[in-house]
Amino acid sequence: MPGKLKAKIVAGRHLPVMDRASDLTDAFVEVKFGNTTFKTDVCPKSLNPQWNSEWFKFEVDDEDLQDEPLQITVLDHDTYSANDAIGKVYIDIDPLLYSEAASVISGWFPIYDTIHGIRGEINVIVKVELFNDLNRFRQSSCGVKFFCTTCIPQCYRATLVHGFVEELVVNEDPEYQWIDRIRTPRASNEARQRLISLMSGELQRKIGLKVLEMGGNAVVGYLQCFDLEGESGLVVRAIGTACTLDKLSSGSAPNTNTHMHPNTAPASNACNSPSKDGKEPVFVEDLPSSSGPPTPFRALPTSSSPPPFSPSKPCSRQSSSSDTDLSLTPKTGMGSGGSAGKEAGPLRTLLRQQTQTALEQRGASSSGLLLNAREFPFFTLTSFPPGFLLHVGGVVSARSVKLLDRIHNPALGNTRSYKLLDWNSVTADEPETRDAWWEEIRQEIKSHARALGCHAVVGYSESTSICEEVCILSASGTAAILNPRYMREGCLDIGCTDHRFEEPSPPNCGFCHIPYDELNMPFPAQLTYCYHCRRQKVPDVLFTTIDLPSEAAVAGKGCLIQARLCRLKKKAQGEANATAISNLLPFMEYELHTQLMNKLKLRSMNALFGLHIQISVGENMLLGLASATGVYLTALPAPGGIQIAGKTPGDLSSEHISSIQKRINDTIAVNKELYQINPPELAEEGVGSPIPEPRHRSRLFRSHSESSDELSELDLSHGKKDAFVLEIDDTDAVEDIHSLLIDAPPPTGFYSCNTENMPGISNWTSGVQMFTSVRVLRLSNANLTNQGLNKIFTDLCENLLKSFYFKLRSMIPCCLCHLNFTVAVPEEELIQVTVTAVAMTYDKEQTQEKTAEKPVNKGSLEAEEQLQFPLELCADSSSSNIQTASKISGVGESTNISPRAASVDYGSFADRCSTWLELLRLKAHTIRRGSVKTSRRTQSLAHSVSSLERCSPLQEGRSRSLRSSRSFGGSSVTVVKMTPLSFLSGTRIIKYLGIINMFFIRETTSLREEGGVSGFLHSFIAEVFAMVRAHVAALGGNAVVSYSMKECVFMENPNKNQAQCLINVSGDAVICISETDQESSASTANTGQTGGGGTDGAT
Amino acid sequence: MSVELDVFVGNTTIMDEEVYQLWLDGHTVNDAVKVRMEGGVMDECEASKDVLLSDTMDQYRTFQMCERLLHSPAKLANQLLFQIPPHRQIMLIERCSRDALIQLTHLFQRSHNSLFLYLFVKPPPLCYVSSHGNLFFVSLSLFRYYAFDDTFVREVLGKKLSKGTKKDLDDISAKTNVTLKSCRRQFDNFKRVFKVVEELKGPLVENIRQHFLLSDKLARDYAAIVFFANNRFETGKRKLQYLSFQDFAFCAGQLISNWTVGAVDNMVEDMDVDLDKEFLQELKELKILITDKDLLDQHKSLVCTALRGKTKVFIEMENNFKNLSRGLINIAAKLTNTKDVRDFFIDLVEKFIEPCRSDRWTAADMKLYLTHYTNSAHILDTFKHQVVWDRYMGVVKSCIFKMYHD
Repeated sequence: MPGKLKAKIVAGRHLPVMDRASDLTDAFVEVKFGNTTFKTDVCPKSLNPQWNSEWFKFEVDDEDLQDEPLQITVLDHDTYSANDAIGKVYIDIDPLLYSEAASVISGWFPIYDTIHGIRGEINVIVKVELFNDLNRFRQSSCGVKFFCTTCIPQCYRATLVHGFVEELVVNEDPEYQWIDRIRTPRASNEARQRLISLMSGELQRKIGLKVLEMGGNAVVGYLQCFDLEGESGLVVRAIGTACTLDKLSSGSAPNTNTHMHPNTAPASNACNSPSKDGKEPVFVEDLPSSSGPPTPFRALPTSSSPPPFSPSKPCSRQSSSSDTDLSLTPKTGMGSGGSAGKEAGPLRTLLRQQTQTALEQRGASSSGLLLNAREFPFFTLTSFPPGFLLHVGGVVSARSVKLLDRIHNPALGNTRSYKLLDWNSVTADEPETRDAWWEEIRQEIKSHARALGCHAVVGYSESTSICEEVCILSASGTAAILNPRYMREGCLDIGCTDHRFEEPSPPNCGFCHIPYDELNMPFPAQLTYCYHCRRQKVPDVLFTTIDLPSEAAVAGKGCLIQARLCRLKKKAQGEANATAISNLLPFMEYELHTQLMNKLKLRSMNALFGLHIQISVGENMLLGLASATGVYLTALPAPGGIQIAGKTPGDLSSEHISSIQKRINDTIAVNKELYQINPPELAEEGVGSPIPEPRHRSRLFRSHSESSDELSELDLSHGKKDAFVLEIDDTDAVEDIHSLLIDAPPPTGFYSCNTENMPGISNWTSGVQMFTSVRVLRLSNANLTNQGLNKIFTDLCENLLKSFYFKLRSMIPCCLCHLNFTVAVPEEELIQVTVTAVAMTYDKEQTQEKTAEKPVNKGSLEAEEQLQFPLELCADSSSSNIQTASKISGVGESTNISPRAASVDYGSFADRCSTWLELLRLKAHTIRRGSVKTSRRTQSLAHSVSSLERCSPLQEGRSRSLRSSRSFGGSSVTVVKMTPLSFLSGTRIIKYLGIINMFFIRETTSLREEGGVSGFLHSFIAEVFAMVRAHVAALGGNAVVSYSMKECVFMENPNKNQAQCLINVSGDAVICISETDQESSASTANTGQTGGGGTDGAT
Repeated sequence: MSVELDVFVGNTTIMDEEVYQLWLDGHTVNDAVKVRMEGGVMDECEASKDVLLSDTMDQYRTFQMCERLLHSPAKLANQLLFQIPPHRQIMLIERCSRDALIQLTHLFQRSHNSLFLYLFVKPPPLCYVSSHGNLFFVSLSLFRYYAFDDTFVREVLGKKLSKGTKKDLDDISAKTNVTLKSCRRQFDNFKRVFKVVEELKGPLVENIRQHFLLSDKLARDYAAIVFFANNRFETGKRKLQYLSFQDFAFCAGQLISNWTVGAVDNMVEDMDVDLDKEFLQELKELKILITDKDLLDQHKSLVCTALRGKTKVFIEMENNFKNLSRGLINIAAKLTNTKDVRDFFIDLVEKFIEPCRSDRWTAADMKLYLTHYTNSAHILDTFKHQVVWDRYMGVVKSCIFKMYHD
């Protein structure tokens, strides 16, 4: 009994009126944990009751502490009838279970009811006393820290990365239990909320146990998802990366990166052991037959027999593998023999092949090459400490279509109760099935990665899409070679890096260098020597799922690139349906990829980061949405243009083609300008090293009829043909090209990306606005074509973006970061798009200065990095100021910092002065903003600034008082910032308080009265935000980072005036402090540094 | 193909000042879109009509959600649903209007006792910066939410704030050119304030100000409305049409501070909205001024002596003295009847203002006359009710001054 949980109910406020007669409420509270319940006294006739209860004490196992939430129910006492529930609060006490996080949960929580929403607030204090338990057979994993953040958390240092952890738990969905027919919607919703809360707790505990087993103390990049499988149950699954983290003392916190830099890269290469003989053959066998894409998509070799859907052959393998599963599905009458007969041939071949691959893998592992075969070398992280990531191969992905087994639901109706009785025995097997499914997918990913010559997969994520009984499982990641220095021994199979890398590769281009063997390329790709170091080969395009490494050298800015696709599909049931879907998948992947590639070229960029492809299944259509952030990597060759070619000159006049060509060329030129892509052309000629293959500008796509053999060779590889040739052979193609050009660039002052960092912008100011937007479109026209649907879908996404720009126009200049689009087909004719993103303001002037400084002189980089350390110190210790300032004056000649240089003699004075300077800078910023609107105001402001300038630091006293009043002014409601990013601009995270993982259901039977579907969802989302903020504030935090809305399932029945919505959100609760208060001088100094030397955004 | 659902929710609530005003004015979403388009927002950010429509609907929904909170503003200080954090730089403070700032400082210091800052950015998006986000956003919105149209309130002034009156709102809306929606909001505001202060003890204006976080001026106006509604003063007669709401509000202020129970003793537990019954009884005693022939003549001669040579309308004054005096004192004597209380203003106009006006008294004449009329009564030896007289005449005098115009 190693834990004591204590809870105290203090007071309530704003309670709803429960007694119509008196317009008051007689409220009391039930506090429940596990099976123990306590009650407070009734506080009669008050809407703002003061209970001030005793401490309710629960003595429980720490296992329960991890699994169970504290459940607080507020009720209205009724003498004659049953007490009415006002609402509930679930408090996850997990953050109290590890020492470094929160010590107490105390604050006002919104009282939530699934039918009425928020109904007042309750003030609660919760504490935990934990006794140490050294039992090695323990079931709990208290003390393991969880982070949603997909990078090493700011105030920690990773001493060791252990690797992939995964777990899933399964239960029956209360919504589908027989009892649901007789209980109220409220009871059903609450049962569901509670169950999911329990399951999340259990899942976290189990993952924690695995981490402890591995010797780690934390999970980073923790990603938990729900699969609402309906009749067949509820799956909660999670993946993450086990690490050993060291807390940094607050003083050295900002230097996390500097610690590991810059010596790690060379060292790591030295560590690379030469290839192992046993390893090579596996690849040699694989590679010749492979026809995978150049970089972006890598798929396993295909069978020799040409399947019906040749163009996208490599992809089809992934989905076909699912067909094999289908044929194995037991019990159902519709066997694969009849309907799927045609495909049986290739399928079997594939099956055989798959088995072979698996065998090979197993063989390899048994021979000791893979030290831990069960372990997947996967990392859910998307950004890494410098030097961690050595080389990146490309995106690897796998999809599989499954039929949710109906074993537990042999029939509908009365037998369901039988099923329920049987449930326990069933659940025992259940996770095994799901585990096996994921295991299979992961194996596939792993083998793809190996085929790319990589030993690890980074930026790894998994997702599902479910429609009725069909489920698409997807996994994707980026094949990469990591620096083994940070790994636990044996975690990675490092054998496959070979001796090609004799020289240390520079950090800013090293990750672009191909990890695979140039002579035995896994696919036909076009390689050139790196445009940076001229030593190693690089591909012509690079697709990844990770964030842009901070050390990467880029030209210009990045931008969001989306490929959108709709495919109609016939309505079908069971296996036929699954087969139809798996047949469509490869086409979709192919088209999405083509779109991405074309749009990338159109923006004159050569790499994609944060690539996320979602394929969503509905009853009569499939939706595909690929989002990524395009960027121009200076290490990679410049992308060629796009050339239009008419296949049959008779169809379309050459003028028409040339006009399209002109439009495309113009667009490219405009985009170059827009994203400020001015690659260092000079360097190319200056070094003049041989580029092995000249870039071809005009190799044509062979079209259909020519030869089917060649067709089967066709793949997703555009690189080989420099495939910027678009062929117009029918009107569809014209449409496609038009749709390419539809994507409007963001209006002036806006940039957008879907990654953590916006390539080319790093000087964020403190404006942060996180938002969620949901749009559902009803397709009224039944006879839609694929083309028509595509157009609708594309417009939907584009219009959403336009709406964001408009709404956030007051933040200009700003950047929409981490734009996360989720698509769903909730009903037959509905398309739902959910977007969560954050808008952040930045300092425009600085950015321009910076871009002007491009191309970067890499020589100065090191010196600057060395500088960075003392620079950051100068805020803390005034004694170092003299030294610092002198260094600054050495590096930067920027006028910006000259006043500081003049004041170096007085340590503390310099500090104050810099505060004043910061103020001045902000003022200047103000002017710029103002000048757009009203010139008169600007003048007056400018005047005030200049006067400020004149009176110089004397003014400082006043401004400082203003500043302090801003940050320390008292407030009754804590402002909680939220962001999907791992950082908050302008602040430093000083403490992680624990993971926030909340699940809410809201239902209404008075939809019209609540303002229709939009009104209903609007208030629900606002309520969810409010509840997240309240929980964070109760933990003592003031921000949520790595926030995400994992699930937003919306169902409506307007005829019955009903709607229901489920939302799952997660994130890390943190305490952050403003950088400007603490480190104003440092930030000013950095500004100066940037202006003077020019960096690549590593700061 | 239609947009079934479309929402945008920010962690920081975004409110557009312009749309807020349109919403308050009761414009429909489509009208608001039209107004905004004409205003030229479209040029910003290359917005299309659809974008504008979507944005306007979002804003309207936000306001509707806010509305519930606006109804009991005191809760707003610690509400959790909306968040307006101090994300704008403090330096922008120069931009805000000075008046609003002072008003808000005043408000804030009373409730929170610490410094605050806010920011008012045009074009539209409205941002408030403070060390305490919520209250400021609320304060400014409140001024607007509880603001009303004088023309509208003039129509309902003194009417019972009941369902019956609410039904007539469409007529009033047509007459005053205020949209029906806006009429309803204003009417409901009156009702809400009425209902809340009805049950509260202590000074009326202060109660309204604290409970609804309104400015002093607005709180006084609401007090007037509540006071008129409670006593059902007749204001709708044709003869009273020339009076504005502000005229009545002034009179109400006078009545509240002099004739209610709270006027004598503000520690008393009775409400501030009812007239002091004892005082009204005592007013009957004033009748002696017109019933006692000697007193009346004495009073007249005193007033006439004082006025002679000081005004062009002296003759008319002298001739009319008895009539006018009877008029004023009869009004006083009848105030014990609720019915006559209702007719207080119409009586003042009929019995006093109209006769004077027909004799072409100037405002200065009026002032002169009433001053001497009041003061002379003190010199009358046999007149013992000086206190009641002052209490009565003080109010009547200032009311008539206010009401004596075209």
